[in-house]
This record gives sequence, structure tokens and C-alpha cells, in this order.
Amino acid sequence: MKNTVEIRWHGRGGQGAKTAALLLADVAFKTGKHVQGFPEYGPERMGAPITAYNRISDDEITVHSNIYEPDYVVVVDETLLDSIDVTKGLKEDGAVIVNTKHTKDEIMRHLNGYKGAVYTVDARDISMKTLGKNYPNSPMLAATVAVSGVMGEEEFLSEMESSFQHKFAKKPEVIDGNMQALRLAFDIIKKH
Amino acid sequence: MAIHDKINEKSPWTDITEGNKIYEAATSRDFCTGEWRTSTPIWDDEKCRQCLLCAPVCPDSSIPVRKGERTDFDYKHCKGCGICAKVCPFGAIHMKEGKNEKIF
Amino acid sequence: MAIRERLSGNEAVAYAIKQINPDVMPAFPITPSTEIPQYMANYIANGEIDTEFIHVESEHSAMSATVGASAAGARAVTATSSCGMALMWEELYVAASNRLPIVLALVNRALSGPININADHSDSMGARDSGWIQIYAESNQEVYDNYIQAFPIAENKNVHLPVMVCQDGFITSHGVENIMLIEDDKVKEFVGEYKPEHYLLNADERIAIGPYAVSNYYMETKRGQRQAMLDARAVILEVAEKFEKMTGRKYGFFEEYRMDDAEYAIVIIGSAAGTCKASIEHIRNTTGKKVGLIKVRVFRPFPEEEIARALANVKAVAIMDRSEMFAGTSGPLGAEVRAAMYQAHAKAEVVNYFYGLGGRDITVSDFERVYENLEKMAETHTVIGMYDYIGLRK
Repeated sequence: MKNTVEIRWHGRGGQGAKTAALLLADVAFKTGKHVQGFPEYGPERMGAPITAYNRISDDEITVHSNIYEPDYVVVVDETLLDSIDVTKGLKEDGAVIVNTKHTKDEIMRHLNGYKGAVYTVDARDISMKTLGKNYPNSPMLAATVAVSGVMGEEEFLSEMESSFQHKFAKKPEVIDGNMQALRLAFDIIKKH
Repeated sequence: MAIHDKINEKSPWTDITEGNKIYEAATSRDFCTGEWRTSTPIWDDEKCRQCLLCAPVCPDSSIPVRKGERTDFDYKHCKGCGICAKVCPFGAIHMKEGKNEKIF
Repeated sequence: MAIRERLSGNEAVAYAIKQINPDVMPAFPITPSTEIPQYMANYIANGEIDTEFIHVESEHSAMSATVGASAAGARAVTATSSCGMALMWEELYVAASNRLPIVLALVNRALSGPININADHSDSMGARDSGWIQIYAESNQEVYDNYIQAFPIAENKNVHLPVMVCQDGFITSHGVENIMLIEDDKVKEFVGEYKPEHYLLNADERIAIGPYAVSNYYMETKRGQRQAMLDARAVILEVAEKFEKMTGRKYGFFEEYRMDDAEYAIVIIGSAAGTCKASIEHIRNTTGKKVGLIKVRVFRPFPEEEIARALANVKAVAIMDRSEMFAGTSGPLGAEVRAAMYQAHAKAEVVNYFYGLGGRDITVSDFERVYENLEKMAETHTVIGMYDYIGLRK
């Protein structure tokens, strides 16, 4: 892993891309990293395209600008692919991770000739199977950790489990499903 | 010692209290607004029926009421506006030209 | 042991307020500072603190109630942004002239119009003449640290002035970063118990606060306020020194970053200073060019002599403003720094840049171009003009 990893998230307001970025910052923080998690804010509301960012580093981070040349791009909603140039500035030795049921080849046609790695994760399918609802956040977060290697799988899963136990203290029945969603997404990336 | 003896228009800035705070209460009593008067109300206690219409309309609280009855004007603070004379139904207050130096 | 955490800037301020547990907090929500009263309401509802939270119908009332509470003898705080502070305008001056040690958490946002919700210093810069002490932060850590230091500064008997603790809207207020928190007991001890000397609810001393001051008194009163602002300098440094002993984190009127041998300097306020630091490291590591930064922390009282001294040996300076003032010369920081340098007979070439208005992003490479321009200016002794823009479409 490089000293500083920069990640850009694309989603729609209300889908949790910002929450996913903050969760990633959280879990990386717990493994001892310096982190930043921040959304790009405007007056946008539910359904509008939104961008969120992460910087994760071993050293203190002082930069306070948005990220224009990310190492990784995460697309939480594939319907954005036709309206937003999601791979703009994305490093060729980096990767884009797309939440979709389509194949990698099908998705690549929408990526403006991006030459780096492309990963597809059907986060909706994983979420429906494990939680019975469409919460693409957890699987996309796991996929992002798996692709970027900002932390190891076991470290990630154990940190997430403890934070789920805290977050869902009043409904522990959803913890297993969430953990299962993370594992499935991790496996998909490993098989890519 | 009244506050204006301590702080007045000759005081240098270093003598002005922090934020103009006044460390006393009711200091407006020391401010003799009666000095502004050019016309003076005179009270005739023979004609006065103690209806007390005058006291509440006085803008300067210069008609002291003791035990339910008005007493003579507080000329130290009366500005001579004449509202009391206007409101009196019994002609017990009339306005006299001048400050009425004898009183002030 | 300090507590390693990750918080947004708004969370950091709310956490500091919780640790201090002030007596009264009247507040009204406005983006991007809304989260501060929101977190506070939670703390209070959960019984973690016993601050009296006053729900008001506007910011005009928020500051009025804060002024009233402070005059009554309470440790009183509030939070706002942008147009919210504009609505407090009248009471800002009242708070300062009444010498009330109020602490206001300001999350900087552009003033309308055009309407915009993003980072810009037009709100606090507009209030720079109100008589408030203004302290700015680069990061979440700094806004937390500044907030805690604000109380012993404001409440010092040689000062008794309100303090505005400023941070950049969204950039730090909504960005999560690593932060070192101080233990509750240490914060409480550092800030101390509030013991006002003269206050309205003191049954043993009858006083009046905020009397009318006719022309015969107004000017003397203003001179007194100026003295408090001048005396605040020493107090700000004393408090910073005490804070450094507690945390190891050093603060002053401004931070000098790689200025020891700097030939080209940028003077800036707020979160963009961190981005500038990254550009300095990159330039020094790749070209060896001697570039440095002065990050202004305390804008009121303005440290003119100290800044002029810090810039005495540079060849060229770029002063960067995140707010407009429509003067022919520069923005507000530019005007102050230029005046300080003129008075000190400084030799450096100076240019003023407007950047980041209404949240326009500024990047590491933008700063690299500024340093390139400074080098050109120093070589040719020609300045592009009194001011220029970063990131303006031309």
C-alpha cells in the first residue's frame, strides 16, 4: 500500500455514499491510520449525484482540497455512469469499483476508455440476500477495502464487527447479516 | 458621592468604567432634568380633588404619590411638559412661564 | 493520556462545549453550524451536561439572549454561520462594547448573495470591526484547541471581550479527521470555574450594564475597548503557553511554516493553509526552492508588528484572501498585512490573491503556481497588479 491512498466515492443523495466514506475513515482510523472522510457539499438532496472522499495515510494529512487524481473510485450507483465521468483523473495503476449486476466488459464500455483495473460487485444482490433490503453500503465498503488493501481482511472484519455491535446494540439480529454482506463482497473481489 | 462626581464629561478615557458599567442603582435620580424646564406646573391643593389622573400620565414620574394622595411636584426632575395641567379635570394645575427659579 | 479520536470539526467544537459545560447556550440552526447546537441538545437530553439551552426564533434573539445571559453572570456561548451571524450584527457590537466574555463558534460560510452555503470568510471578515477577538483554525484539532483557549482569554480581567472561534464551513466542519482530545478534568481545570466580578444577578451589588453613551462618552469607551484588544495580545500568548504545557501543541498569533530561510512566502488563514503546507514540502523536496507560509491564527487583535518582522527577509509575498471587500487594493487580510509591511518599510514585492470564494476549491498545484509567480515577481521586480485571482475563469 502507498503511503497515502486517495479514494473518491460517487453516489446519489440518500444512498449512503457519504456514510460509506465516513465508515471507511472510521475503520481505517481504528487500525491506527491518519484519515480524512469528507463529502463535497452543495444544496443537493435525495437522488442528486454526490461525491465523497477519503484520504488514508500513515502520516498526518494536512491537505484540505478535494481529490482530483484518486487511487480508487467507488461507484455506488451505476446509473451515474452515463452522466458523470467517474474515472476522471483516476490513476491507471488504481481501480474503479462499480456496484452493478452487469459484467465487467459491459461496464467498461461506459468508462471512457479507462485502462486501469475495473471491479464489479452486485451490492444490491448481496444486500438483498443477507439483509433482505437494498443497503449497498456495507458490500461496497468491503469491496473498497479488498481492492485498495488499506487494511487486511481479518483486521477489517473484526473492526467492523465491533462497530456493528456498538451501532446495532438495540437490534443485534442485523449484525450477522451485515457481517455476511462484508464477507461476500470481500470474496467477490478476491475471485476477480 | 454621586456617580457624575466620579465620571463626567471631563474624565479621560482611562477613568471610564469597563463597558460603561455603572456600579450603583437608580443613578437617574442624580440627573436633574428639571433644569431643562421652561414652563412650570403649579399645583393648587385647594382645587385638587385627589382624583390622581395627573400622576400616571407624568412622563418623568415627577408627581410623587404618598399614601394614596399626590403631593407637590418633584421640580428637580419635572421637565415642564404640561400634560398634567391638560389632564386635570378641576383646573388644579396651571402652567407658569419660566423655570420658577424660586423652586428650582 | 490524551484521547485519540476522529471527529468532524463540528463534533470537535460540540465535544469541547460538553467538556466545558457552559451555563447557557441560546442558538438557532443554520448550515453549516447546525450540528453544533444539535449535538449539544443531545448531550443535554442525555443528561451529560446541565447547560441551559434556549430555543430562540432567530439569530438576532440568539445573540441577544447570549448577551443577556452573560450580563446576568452566566458563562454563555452560541454558534452560527454566515447570514445567521449577519442577523446577530447589532448584538455583536453590543456584546463587545458591554465587555461580555461570550464565546461564539463560527463556522465560516459565504454571506448571501448570491446565496451559497460553502466556505468563505465574508461572514467573520465583515464582523472584524465589531470588537470581537477572532481566532481561526486550519484543522479540526485546531478549532478544538482554539475553542478551549477562548474561555481563559475572554474571561481574563484585562480582556473581557467576546471571542469568535472560526473554522471553514464543510471543509473542516463536516470533514472527519484524526484529533487528540484532552481529558475532561484537564479541560475543566484549564478553563476554570467562571467567576464574574460584576454581574446583574449579584444581589449584593446593584449595577447597570449597557447605558446610553452620548458623544461625550462614546469615544472614550471605544478607546477602552481598543485597550482591551491591545491587552489581549499578552493574554492570548500566555494562554497558548499554558496550553502547550498541557498538550504539547504550540500556538501563537500565527504559525510560521518553513519560514526560517524562506524567500517566497504565502500569508493565509484557515483550512487552505494545510494544502499550502503540502505544496511547500513538494516544492522544497523537488526543487529546493525556499518557500514558506504564515498562517494567521489571530486576526483580531491583528499582530501587525510580528507579521512584518516575520516577512522582513522574504523577496516576495502573496497574501491570500477568502473574502471580497471590493477595495481597489486587496481583501481584508491583504489590507492588514500590506499596512503592517509598509509601516515596517518592508522591501518585498507583494501581491494579493482572492481564492476559495463561496467554497471554490484550492489545490496543492494552485499553491505551486502562486510560488512560481512569486519567484517571477522577485526576479523582475514587477507585480501583476494589486490583486489577482486563483481559480477564476478568465
